[in-house]
Amino acid sequence: MKILIIAEAQGAEVRHASRSAITLAKNAAAAANGDIEIAMIGDDIAAAATAASAYAPTFTLSDASLAHPTADRYGAAIAQIVKQRGAGLVIAASTSQGKDCVARAAAQLGGTMVTDATACENRDGKLVWQRTMHAGGVAAWVAAHGDTVVVTALQSACEPAEPTEKTSVTALDIDVASLPSAIQFESVSTKQSNRPDVTEAAVVISGGRAFKTADDYERLIGGLADKVGGGTGSSRAAVDAGIAPNENQVGQTGKIIAPDLYLGIGISGAVQHLAGMKNSKIIAAINTDDEAPLLDYADFALIADAYEAIPELIAKL
Amino acid sequence: MKILVPTKRVPDPDQPIHLNADKTAADLTGIPCVINPFDAIALEEALRIREEERSSAGSDIEIVAVGIGPQACEKEIRIALAMGADRAVHVVSDEYIDSWIASNLLKAVVDKEQPDLIIMGKQAIDADNNQAGQFLAHHLNWPQATFASEISFEGDRVKVARETDTGIENVSMELPAVITTDLRLNEPRYASLPAMMKAKRKQVDAYTPADLSVAVDPKVEIISMETLSAKRNCVRVNNVDELIVKLKEASVL
Ligand SMILES: Cc1cc2nc3c(=O)[nH]c(=O)nc-3n(C[C@H](O)[C@H](O)[C@H](O)COP(=O)(O)OP(=O)(O)OC[C@H]3O[C@@H](n4cnc5c(N)ncnc54)[C@H](O)[C@@H]3O)c2cc1C
Repeated sequence: MKILIIAEAQGAEVRHASRSAITLAKNAAAAANGDIEIAMIGDDIAAAATAASAYAPTFTLSDASLAHPTADRYGAAIAQIVKQRGAGLVIAASTSQGKDCVARAAAQLGGTMVTDATACENRDGKLVWQRTMHAGGVAAWVAAHGDTVVVTALQSACEPAEPTEKTSVTALDIDVASLPSAIQFESVSTKQSNRPDVTEAAVVISGGRAFKTADDYERLIGGLADKVGGGTGSSRAAVDAGIAPNENQVGQTGKIIAPDLYLGIGISGAVQHLAGMKNSKIIAAINTDDEAPLLDYADFALIADAYEAIPELIAKL
Repeated sequence: MKILVPTKRVPDPDQPIHLNADKTAADLTGIPCVINPFDAIALEEALRIREEERSSAGSDIEIVAVGIGPQACEKEIRIALAMGADRAVHVVSDEYIDSWIASNLLKAVVDKEQPDLIIMGKQAIDADNNQAGQFLAHHLNWPQATFASEISFEGDRVKVARETDTGIENVSMELPAVITTDLRLNEPRYASLPAMMKAKRKQVDAYTPADLSVAVDPKVEIISMETLSAKRNCVRVNNVDELIVKLKEASVL
């Protein structure tokens, strides 16, 4: 079976989340005797494609009109690439792009899609997939029926693959002019942050509703994160209140992470939030409320006021 | 303008999940259910578009809610009507409906209803699939904007701010189109008691999948489920110094 990974470029590199998808693809290849290829779509992706070739032979579709991942265009392109390469299994990262564009491609490829897969297994000659449901409260094994199976890999469940020797990069022959373009990209406000992304950081300092202003969040949560070289996360309530940027949101409907240390400060621990961080290696909490649900899921808890405990932590670390 | 809003019945997210005897589905016996929170947001947005006459078509906006599932879904469909939907369609089925079947059923309803805009939740909080909107947009060959945190109209185009991994992305597209909602879009209203009474008289058209010529043949089937508990034994530390010691002992600082 041929397995095609739809990888995302990040500058001259393969995006971290895509490297986790490569790991799941390698597990699938080992379980089902498959061959792995990578496809990368975009504009100006030569360097990233060369980086990708250190994981598997890489095929590129590069064009100025593919600079932004609009779902109709990317979806049609991915479906064409999958058919051209004859892949029976397509694996992408569970990123916003994966969910948006790869799902559209999956519909074009027959509609068999497993979202947020965490593992796979060969049962009686057929791959089955594990995924979480119900805000992470349930783990399910699912069977995927169809000639082409599309899977998005949950980043936090798989270690990112390590590069080996560079292999080949081949440009695909696809008529870009014939791809649909009914979705018009207008602009994007990308974050200006020097901190590691919340999905990639080994240490995540996460703040919730306890913080009164965006300045407080940045000064205290951001300050502590900088002190330990970590990333910043937040609850949905903090995002809704305009205290934290939305790309920091951890949870069922935000980012699902599993850092070495997750320190949740002023976060109550709603099930939707737990869904995003409960598999972290070590969980610590700082909260004024000794009965906050997050404490039941933590290894360590300090009952204290965030506004006092964080400056002390910054000073003492 | 006509806006179609699919509203899925899901177990109340604040209730613990219990599984059925053969561990292949959640057991909803005695569990309170709600409209999928993202779908409630979608419906709220449709109501606001109508109220604010933000569309190019002016105030003449009809909102049709669509429920798929067993007879029991009628309750959440009536809540959608009480919130303000004009009419509803109920596709009645006791079968397991995956995202693929749901998208095919919705396509068939769209063929009947001919809406100009579909607003739906980005995911249902039970299956957490995040697929049906994208699938439906493909079936219809319409543009899509997923994870919307802001929707506005400009001439014959709809502009959508999308929540992506790296920040807010702005796109625009011509109608008809599919939009899926994120949490920040709005806060849904509650259905008042008088509205619930009035909703009893609103029209609900019922179909079976067979009426719509859609096969109920899932692409992704659940083999087994297991509830997970992630509770840990929490050690309370007395002060910041002790916390630092514990985290250093665990080699995470
Ligand atoms: C469909 C749906 C999806 C959702 N998805 C997500 C998601 O992905 N991620 C997410 O996080 N939420 C999500 N939510 C929201 C979730 O249900 C909670 O509302 C949210 O997580 C609460 O955020 P919070 O803990 O910051 O706020 P609160 O629940 O208000 O908790 C604040 C906490 O701060 C503590 N505190 C207050 N002051 C201080 C202080 N000075 N020092 C220390 N502690 C203090 C309080 O004791 C309390 O525990 C979702 C909700 C729905 C309906």
